[in-house]
Amino acid sequence: MLEVAQSDQGGAWWSRFAAPARFFPLAGRLIPPLFVLSAVLAAVGLYIGFMVAPTDWQQGEAYRIIYIHVPAAWMSMLIYLAMAFWGVLTLVLRTRLSAMMIHALAPTGAWMTFLALWTGAFWGRPTWGTYWVWDARITSELILLFLYFGVIGLRASIDDERKADKACALMSIVGAVNIPIIYFSVKWWNTLHQGASVSLTAAPKMAQTMLSAMLIMTLAAWLYSVASSLVRVRSLIIEREPFQAWEPPSVGAGLRIGAEHSRSGA
Amino acid sequence: MPATVQGWHGAAVLIEAIRRDLRLLLRQRSELWLVLLFFVLVASLFPLALQPEPRLLAAIGGGVCWVAALLAVLLSMPRLFASDALDGTLEQMLLARSAWMPMLYGKLIAHWLASGLPLTLIAPLIGLQYNLDTEAIAILVLALLIGTPTLSLMGAICAALSLPARGDGALLALLMLPLTIPVLVFGTGAVEAHAAGLGAQAHLSLLGAALLLALVLAPWACSAAIRIALE
Repeated sequence: MLEVAQSDQGGAWWSRFAAPARFFPLAGRLIPPLFVLSAVLAAVGLYIGFMVAPTDWQQGEAYRIIYIHVPAAWMSMLIYLAMAFWGVLTLVLRTRLSAMMIHALAPTGAWMTFLALWTGAFWGRPTWGTYWVWDARITSELILLFLYFGVIGLRASIDDERKADKACALMSIVGAVNIPIIYFSVKWWNTLHQGASVSLTAAPKMAQTMLSAMLIMTLAAWLYSVASSLVRVRSLIIEREPFQAWEPPSVGAGLRIGAEHSRSGA
Repeated sequence: MPATVQGWHGAAVLIEAIRRDLRLLLRQRSELWLVLLFFVLVASLFPLALQPEPRLLAAIGGGVCWVAALLAVLLSMPRLFASDALDGTLEQMLLARSAWMPMLYGKLIAHWLASGLPLTLIAPLIGLQYNLDTEAIAILVLALLIGTPTLSLMGAICAALSLPARGDGALLALLMLPLTIPVLVFGTGAVEAHAAGLGAQAHLSLLGAALLLALVLAPWACSAAIRIALE
């Protein structure tokens, strides 16, 4: 109840949803359309990617795995940054919902990182002739996976919920600050060891259809990540506030939400 | 203690904190020896597992030394805050407000004096075992001298974060090892660049930059983590 009272005094319209009890129904309404949109975009993207886009003259058909690989790799980095963002909010504003967002995002981020590594290995086998190369990007992606596991493991081993929230928030921020340093250190280490024989940056210019398929797939991956994280946030809210989440926040607030309903419906 | 601390200057607090931690460490000398022994032991495993061929050993010596040093520092990390948190000393330190940061810096410096520094001093011995030439050993020692304080600083954040956690060891490794990879890369790179005739200066400068960055940022993050653990 305290959060509801606070959020009513807050000026910005979005801060109202910082209260888990208010956010719960909003997330519930957002999840189905996000999942549907994500599935539709994925179907369109995969169709363009597999049916319409031309075969790569160098890599043959094997290149088509990039329609999954590249979006997954982008999401893996973006989600860690999002976790750091929620981490800052957790430590500065002390909102409980932002900590729940960290916990909800971490498994999706870890999955995306794993997917990027896995598809990368399958792409590397026919293209480079090997499943694994200690390339700068691959190595830093692997370290990113460990960083995700670190946040997940930290939460799992701290019993006190509030301490776990803040510790994970701090760990996300420390990790995000370190990611560029890790990336460049691995990059320089790699350039010392071997020539850039397997550089992704030297890839030939992409056909328009390839690019559009990849962007559509990225959007699909993004919507999926948001939707699956929201599902996890909802179950976290039920876990932590088993009675609040189901009840209308209060009579007054309930009426106000009802009013908004009818207004948006009209 | 906090009442008397307030009148002191930060430097005096810092020195007193170092002296206190060193005195405590010297009373548990076996732990100090254990870290050193672990370092030498890990380094001795590689020639047994691989081939004791001089050229191979000279090629991997720097890297092995760094991995062993990283693991030894990891091993020494839990004791940094755990006992002080257990008996309430850490909470008292936190209450000292203006004296808190000097005390934290003192603890970190004392930790390095009792882990990173002895490792650095004993490293030439391992360098000899691995057939490194004199110059390579000198660079290895220099790199360890600049790099191990960063390991202590980064490790301290993770040790503080895992204070409220159940069990220890595995979680600390999971948190600390990925964050310390840059130090490992630059430290090993210094020795390898020398072997390749490129000169180690660039790597040593990067290690120095990492140390300066960690000296400013890590204690701040460490302090935040301790506040979270003790609130």
